[in-house]
Amino acid sequence: MSKNSTCPSLWARVEACTDVDLHLIPGATASHDEREAIDAALDGARPERHLLLPALHAAQARVGWISPGALNHICARLSVPPAEAYGVASFYAMFATTARAPRTVHVCDDIACRTQGAEGLCQALTDKFGAAGEDASGLGGAATWVRSPCLGLCEQAPAALVQRAGEARGDEAVAFASLDDLILAVESGTVRSPQQTLAPQTESPRDPALRLLRRVGVADPSSLDDYRAHGGYVALRKALSMGPERVLREVLESTLVGRGGAAFPTGRKWEAVARNPMRPHYLVCNADESEPGTFKDRVIMEEDPFALIEAMTIAGITTGCELGYLYIRGEYPKATARLAHAISQARTRGWLGDNIMGEGATFDIELRRGAGAYICGEETSLFNSLEGLRGEPRNKPPFPVHEGLFHKPTVVNNVETLVNVLDILAHGGPTFAASGTPGSSGTKLFCVSGCATRPGLYEAPFGITLGELITLAGGVADGRSLQAVLLGGAAGVFVTPDELEMPLTFEGTKAAGATLGSGVIMLFDDRVPLGDVLIRIASFFRDESCGQCVPCRVGTMRQEEALHRLVAGRTNREGEIGLINDLAMVMRDASICGLGQTAASAVQSALQKFPLDSLGPRLATPAGPAKTPEAH
Amino acid sequence: MEAVPLPFVRTVELTIDGQAVRVPEGTTLLHACQAMGIDTPTVCYSENLTPVNVCRVCVVEVEGSRVLVPSCSRPAEPGMVVHTDSDRVRHSRRLVLELLGSSVDLSTAEPKMLADMERYGAVPERFDTGEMTGHGAKATVQQPVKVDNNLYVRDYSKCVLCYKCVEACGTDAQNTFAIAVAGRGFNATIATEFETPLPDSACVYCGNCIGVCPTGALMFKTEHDMREAGTWNESAQKVTDTICPYCGVGCTLQLHVQDNSIVRVTSPHDHDVTEGHLCIKGRFGWQFVQNRP
Amino acid sequence: MLWGSNARETHPIFFHHLLKGKQAGARLFAIDPRRTSSVAWADVWLGLEVGSDVALANAIGREIIAAGLCNMAFVQRATSGFEAYKAAVEEYTLTRGEELTGVKAEVIRDLAHSYARADRAQICWTLGITEHHNAVDNVFSIINLSLLTGHVGRFGSGLVPLRGQNNVQGGGDMGAIPNKFVGGQDVEDPELRALFEREYGATIPDKRGWHLSQMFDGMEAGTLRAVYVLGENPMQSEADAKRTRRLLEGLEHLVVQDIFLTKTAEVADVVLPAAASWCESEGTVTSSERRVQRVRKALDPPGQAKDDIEILTALAHRLGTDWGAPTAHDVWEEVRRLSPWHGGMSYARLEALNGLQWPCPTDEHPGSPTLHTRLWSEPIEGPRASFQVVHHSPPVDQLSEEFPLRLTTGRRLDSYNTGVQTGGYTSPLRHGERIELSPEDAARLQVVNDEVVRVVSRRGAVTAPVKIDTGLRPGLTFMTLHFPDEVETNILTIDAVDPKSGTAEFKATAIRVEKLNVPEPVGAGGGVH
Repeated sequence: MSKNSTCPSLWARVEACTDVDLHLIPGATASHDEREAIDAALDGARPERHLLLPALHAAQARVGWISPGALNHICARLSVPPAEAYGVASFYAMFATTARAPRTVHVCDDIACRTQGAEGLCQALTDKFGAAGEDASGLGGAATWVRSPCLGLCEQAPAALVQRAGEARGDEAVAFASLDDLILAVESGTVRSPQQTLAPQTESPRDPALRLLRRVGVADPSSLDDYRAHGGYVALRKALSMGPERVLREVLESTLVGRGGAAFPTGRKWEAVARNPMRPHYLVCNADESEPGTFKDRVIMEEDPFALIEAMTIAGITTGCELGYLYIRGEYPKATARLAHAISQARTRGWLGDNIMGEGATFDIELRRGAGAYICGEETSLFNSLEGLRGEPRNKPPFPVHEGLFHKPTVVNNVETLVNVLDILAHGGPTFAASGTPGSSGTKLFCVSGCATRPGLYEAPFGITLGELITLAGGVADGRSLQAVLLGGAAGVFVTPDELEMPLTFEGTKAAGATLGSGVIMLFDDRVPLGDVLIRIASFFRDESCGQCVPCRVGTMRQEEALHRLVAGRTNREGEIGLINDLAMVMRDASICGLGQTAASAVQSALQKFPLDSLGPRLATPAGPAKTPEAH
Repeated sequence: MEAVPLPFVRTVELTIDGQAVRVPEGTTLLHACQAMGIDTPTVCYSENLTPVNVCRVCVVEVEGSRVLVPSCSRPAEPGMVVHTDSDRVRHSRRLVLELLGSSVDLSTAEPKMLADMERYGAVPERFDTGEMTGHGAKATVQQPVKVDNNLYVRDYSKCVLCYKCVEACGTDAQNTFAIAVAGRGFNATIATEFETPLPDSACVYCGNCIGVCPTGALMFKTEHDMREAGTWNESAQKVTDTICPYCGVGCTLQLHVQDNSIVRVTSPHDHDVTEGHLCIKGRFGWQFVQNRP
Repeated sequence: MLWGSNARETHPIFFHHLLKGKQAGARLFAIDPRRTSSVAWADVWLGLEVGSDVALANAIGREIIAAGLCNMAFVQRATSGFEAYKAAVEEYTLTRGEELTGVKAEVIRDLAHSYARADRAQICWTLGITEHHNAVDNVFSIINLSLLTGHVGRFGSGLVPLRGQNNVQGGGDMGAIPNKFVGGQDVEDPELRALFEREYGATIPDKRGWHLSQMFDGMEAGTLRAVYVLGENPMQSEADAKRTRRLLEGLEHLVVQDIFLTKTAEVADVVLPAAASWCESEGTVTSSERRVQRVRKALDPPGQAKDDIEILTALAHRLGTDWGAPTAHDVWEEVRRLSPWHGGMSYARLEALNGLQWPCPTDEHPGSPTLHTRLWSEPIEGPRASFQVVHHSPPVDQLSEEFPLRLTTGRRLDSYNTGVQTGGYTSPLRHGERIELSPEDAARLQVVNDEVVRVVSRRGAVTAPVKIDTGLRPGLTFMTLHFPDEVETNILTIDAVDPKSGTAEFKATAIRVEKLNVPEPVGAGGGVH
């Protein structure tokens, strides 16, 4: 009788029991490079489903696409059925599931960049390299270019992102892109015009009232010591000495509400999780900033990363979480690098991990990258994405405070929201509550882009009027007249030049039938064809719809089609408007999540406020090499 | 010893269409409506699957809720005031059915779905744009039928993306995970990994996906071929319940017979042995009784 | 505990229910020499040596006793023979268990403790337990564990033999076994026999009949000279196919009643074409869970094929007895009259309730989802359940230098037994018969996938292509019986038979695999080495 107890290979196989009878793709084997990259990404971690996205990122970053062999290797390591892994990989725009050139230049053609000539650039790239998504001609399959939704560099439009697979230098953004910049990026991967930080109030003469931006441009974002020298980690120390209950009370008393768009009271969210007897609790920082026109969180993360780490630590300890996930959108390579550095610095210092600051508390942060999906900014989609599932939203209720990440009680906060907590601890909840307006306490970050003289990130107390803010940004560029302002992003609302007295508060915008959303203030001058903007917004939603529910999946498609017809003036306008209104109603009423519920919002507001004639072709849009704004 | 005491069942009282009703705690609004005899249209709901609430055709209006709620998955709560036939509800149901009808070939859909379209006045043709091509033309999910094995075909031109097949292939029954939703938005499809043909995939041909498909997108090859040949005649078919011969589990087979030949096999969704699910032998292994010379 | 069962492939819908249990938090221990697709779902795999099941069960039992985890209250009240059992398993220490089974001691210990401590636990098994020369001992060893822990006779706890066909259970229940009348009533009980003699108006022999293996022995001895085979294909399904062929061909008279002209029918003197019972005739079948369910006629049988009842009645008529023209329903009413288990199962109730589980003696009885509940009544009803002392007995066909590999057999998902039925449809999963080898053995033999090799046992040889299966350990090989026309696996198997059940040891054959240097057509049978 053979003795299997003496056969090591058998028992090795026992260890590899998978909990599912996996069927891998026949004959597909990972290359050495793919295997090495995937194994490195999974190194040291228990092989679990939630590592699917990091593993896919590793494969994509190494060879430029998710090959069947790479998928097999990932599936075998994580015990994920290949069909499900493929479903996940094919969900994200940054992953290619067919062989693609290792270098891909994502050229933003979204609304802010359109006002700065993005469409012209895309046309020129088509002439030079062939259609988007094809191997760029003349480069032997080394590169391609694709159109991209908003990259969160709206103040530096037109923008692009260079994905450089297999290269140590990784991904990098191109700002104020000229055609030459883009051609160079496609041909060699070189970024000649890197991104910068445009927060005009932080430049000389510096606005002394800045709170959220007070360290931007002052403290070295790579230095924990410099962060401390500028007031960093005072709040955490204070929080540790106060204890969770008192911190919670301060946050409740501050009347802080979420800055991600939904404006839910932060203290109530924290309290619900802190008091939930189910364990473990999770903290999730939603840094998947993808609302077109929004770049506020990016600036914070790039220029003041330790502030976010400190704020998350306070939030985690206060709400009984030992682990926080920081989910950052995949198109933010610079912010990702700075946060990763900051997290490791904080860990080294003992300010993340066990026994934080010697006070016994435990909290750590795991940094996770999204991979190009607007929907993952929706909190329940974000959970699914973190768990290694398709980023499809869940039905609510149950709400995340009861059943969130891994179906455990979860606090989800936006970056800007969290950073406010530092101020609340420094000055006390009541002081914070007294700032701003009674309905909107504190200050707000505004992302000014489009046809502004000085686009950039601005901080202002709630209550500043729209007109005042536009003035702060130097008004409309090139002396043109203002045609429209988009408030709150693609999911927001258009307002007219007649509405500039609107106070920028949650209650003020709401009273005017508008929304503050994520703080987007996008200006359109009189040359911009609004119809083109509306079609781009509609195509954005069509493209970003996860496809789960019918109203959104088909409705966003039909909305875009109807807008095309309406703008082209090809059919009877009343019929098309009727369709568009019907679609708006079903999307708003019956979609699962906020994406579908707001997919018609901007379009509806424009159709109500602007004459149909204004939708058609207008004066020529600025095209070709972009101008450089004054602040550049 | 075996008698397990029944747990005390709490009930909740709510109002549906002006009528007070008391249901056991945890009852969904859909089931509460059913208990009152209110007919609610569904597409993605099936009693043998976990509700995914994606089609949104079963939505109802709950007072105090900003948006409509899917009745299939929302449990009744005390004091809820529910309207199942308000203008908003009717509008959403009509539009959902219109949107499906405008993008998907519903020619072999369940009769109930077609009846609901009638009931809500859905006119999918509203979105048709005649001869128009290019921007503004109506997109559909039209594509060639996938015929890659001898047992069943996949015609995703008829797919309403209800997720039922994925659920039946997944944790709700078969746990084979041969298919999943791939892609995103309007381009989302049900797919194997890299759209590989079924014989290379994890598929074990249990046909449980066919058993739950509401539109005929997944179809026995026999039915597909007969439809192509114009010989499929459902009105001439007789359905007989019997027990599968292939193992000792005792699965009920519903044999659909036309002209003394089995043309497809189903299992009742409410049967407590199968819950509507079978394996390859039960679903497809009957040919031996009719391989006649 | 899934023991000797690849239910994922052989009982797929049962496995759905099992996975629901897993999703709800149940732990699954899989006991199987092969790492099958069922094993892949297990929390713990016990990859025991083929034929070491008794040793494993005894080691588990000994550990439960040694760790003080016996349900002594149950043992003392409802069982007998505990002390003898305890003494018998004393030698099966964890160390000894590991030596005999190849399963690590700590894994055996984990299973023993988990099983004994569980609120509810079930042991499910299939042919991995019963296709051995000591099949009944294997079953006894498992039953002993349930008695030790009280995991029997309670909702959610129990012993679950998974039947391989839709009416294995029903066949026995209906009296189609040598020692029982319908309803499990003993033919050797004079009172019962009298009852049946009255009902049948005939004299019934007072001794039990022969089971299958005894019949073949009878043929060998010349005491059985005429055989009437209904719905079986022994020519291909019996172990040691060459012996079977010789015996069947040597009969004076062979009658085969089947839906196909099987290999057995081909050598018959008379063939009676029958209707397919599950879709061409009416009646009932009984599933693994003792659920009696209706089968119904959906199709007219082809040609001259007739319903079994019709054939049997006609045969009786020719033999001089007029049974009239009973319908399936009439026959069922007779069953209900004679079998207390089935008395309450009218066709109407069976249809309304999706079947009923016996015992169901009266029209008001709800049926019995759980059996042996009597063991828990106070005081227990009927006799105590007795422990059975059984000991390890390795497979008859021993490995040797000449035959160093262990061949075990089983089913694949899409096929069934000798393929008579499943051969009728084309399955994309089907690749014909192959001998599955571990990667290590394949490497040692220098053979690759699809390469045709010669497989030799002490009884004969076949050729078959190779499939390398990472679920096999070195030394273990696997084949099915599904494609006897291409590869007659039963040329290889041994007809070492369990004396109590009559089942042959299909699960354990000693073989060697020879690399062929010249390509040979698949399936050609060879002579004895």
